Amino acid sequence: MSRIQNCLQQLKDQGRKALIPYITAGDPQPGVTVALMHELVKSGADIIELGVPFSDPMADGPVIQLACERALIYGTRLVDVLDMVSEFRSQDDQTPVVLMGYLNPVEALGYERFMTLAQKAGVDGVLTVDLPPEEGLEFCAELKKHNMDAIFLIAPTSSDQRMKQICESSSGYVYYVSVKGVTGSAALDVDAVDERVKAIRQITDLPVGVGFGIRDNESAAAVSRVADGVIVGSVLVNKIAELADSPAEIPQQVAAIIKGMRQAMDA
Amino acid sequence: MPTKVDYKALMDLPDERGHFGPYGGCFASETLMSALQDLSELYEKLWRTPEFQREFDYDLAHYVGRPSPLYHAERLTKQVGGAQIYLKREDLNHTGAHKVNNTIGQALLAKHMGKPRIIAETGAGQHGVASATVAARLGLECVVYMGSEDIRRQALNVYRMKLLGAEVVAVDSGTKTLKDALNEAMRDWVTNVDNTFYIIGTAAGPHPYPKLVRDFQSIIGREAREQCQEMTGRLPDALVACVGGGSNAIGLFYPFIADEKVEIYGVEAGGYGIETGQHAAPLCDGRPGVLHGNRTYLMEDDSGQIAATHSVSAGLDYPGVGPEHAWLKDCGRANYVAINDDEALNAFRTLTRIEGIMPALESSHAIAYAMKLAATMSPDQNIVVNLSGRGDKDIHTVAEIDGIGI
Ligand SMILES: Cc1ncc(COP(=O)(O)O)c(C=O)c1O
Repeated sequence: MSRIQNCLQQLKDQGRKALIPYITAGDPQPGVTVALMHELVKSGADIIELGVPFSDPMADGPVIQLACERALIYGTRLVDVLDMVSEFRSQDDQTPVVLMGYLNPVEALGYERFMTLAQKAGVDGVLTVDLPPEEGLEFCAELKKHNMDAIFLIAPTSSDQRMKQICESSSGYVYYVSVKGVTGSAALDVDAVDERVKAIRQITDLPVGVGFGIRDNESAAAVSRVADGVIVGSVLVNKIAELADSPAEIPQQVAAIIKGMRQAMDA
Repeated sequence: MPTKVDYKALMDLPDERGHFGPYGGCFASETLMSALQDLSELYEKLWRTPEFQREFDYDLAHYVGRPSPLYHAERLTKQVGGAQIYLKREDLNHTGAHKVNNTIGQALLAKHMGKPRIIAETGAGQHGVASATVAARLGLECVVYMGSEDIRRQALNVYRMKLLGAEVVAVDSGTKTLKDALNEAMRDWVTNVDNTFYIIGTAAGPHPYPKLVRDFQSIIGREAREQCQEMTGRLPDALVACVGGGSNAIGLFYPFIADEKVEIYGVEAGGYGIETGQHAAPLCDGRPGVLHGNRTYLMEDDSGQIAATHSVSAGLDYPGVGPEHAWLKDCGRANYVAINDDEALNAFRTLTRIEGIMPALESSHAIAYAMKLAATMSPDQNIVVNLSGRGDKDIHTVAEIDGIGI
């Protein structure tokens, strides 16, 4: 069983839901990331989605675009992100880490080399926003060979047939994008999400994480009632942006948001 | 790299999932995948029907003003002293460039899909103008994304779009040029996919865009083929076109791909010179990667971040290129070369002064290369150059370079 499957199974056995924060690696400075990851875990995060900075984050709204720009000022490359995962792993061999980003940095490194390095660093899953399953056959096969999970997005616009195809290519969990739009856009509609998650459950036994549009304790708690995992990004990244000039405060203050959500979800 | 390629088979590409060899494909976020598949299905169904062809041909004839002439540039030929230079006059189209061939086609698709709103990205503003134009004609809402650097460079076209009723949104992210405008248009589309048709302006993007843009633009090559045979009694010896994303070039090249004897040259923007790294020539000096929905040659750093590009012409200032060009390059069917800013400006002035035709700065790259090429050929050989657009929009840029305020 992979670290992700293990984690989600344990939570299920306890009747709890996964809280999955997203942060962009290297934002606002490379030195902050690993400390922040540990603090997030201490505050109740179950899985960490670590964003790989990219110059052209087409699926992201302004909040995460700016996070990428801040990280790229320091030249945070994919190999640097993998080093951060290694460093994190030296103190935490429990919490799953999922890399989230765009395909081109992986292409530049080469699939082989990326897989080997990522596995060695202790990466558990990879979500590539601009790689749909039909283009990702080789990519998924390589991930599997290296014991990493392939995580794909399901959108409100995905047809039943596409949902099937996506679930067949996925392992670990599937990520339901709760709104039509980029990251950080409009607030979600919990009833609509509930309906779609139920439809996904007809197709797959994989746990379903829901992200986009979760902003506060209330929306986190509401989504946790209908999904297996709650993915939170832009609110955290916004806080990081606010504190960009006092990076020492970032781990504590960002983790405090996660702590509040954890309590609301477990209440 | 493929060894021996059947040129005729190249014309059957892309495959049904949009691949040209290892290039192309559909690398889009999941929210857009259904819309792209719907578009692909609709397009395959409609494109070959006589009704659609009739509608498209009618608009090209009566609204765009096609066929565009093939003009024998005798004075230019004489000055260069080599092959005969023929200009395919896309500058004479309504709105002043080849871009309108494509927007007419895509607007017809939007109409068939019942979408009330269109969006577009633009660099030089020509595609934005062509999109705003068809939107005005069909009564559609139109939003055009444009990098703030390009808004500065192409002020005339910005105002044209506004007069046509379009909203022009300045894009301030990244390098503030065409690639960032494309990112922003994609973000709009993800958000408004239900009511919005995205008119991509070049032969790039996720499948089916590279294919349908090529098909709509191929009218250029089909006409040129006939006109050249009529005027010279045979096919041309060489074709030359500038390559930004590659739509005017593939439009000219495609109908000649199987004609082995016709040499094909795509001209990229050499900026300050390939050796300086400050250019926009991914086929000459880039490597394969994935951006904006397709796998193709890109300008990027070692870690896969997209590089900033430079060209004096906004329409060529793009770090990627359409996937069909990437494959034509690898197959050895087409040659890709670069022309620097200075050489392009020189060609702009030359053509203006000795033929009375003011080319767009984009097209000036093709003219400059054709002049070099012609000089190495004999007077009984013929070159067809795609004069993709007219230069009115660039007068400010040239005046600025001349130190003249207008
Ligand atoms: C006149 C003209 N030619 C060429 C181009 C480059 O685009 P493409 O390579 O798609 O033809 C542009 C783009 O704005 C243009 O305006």
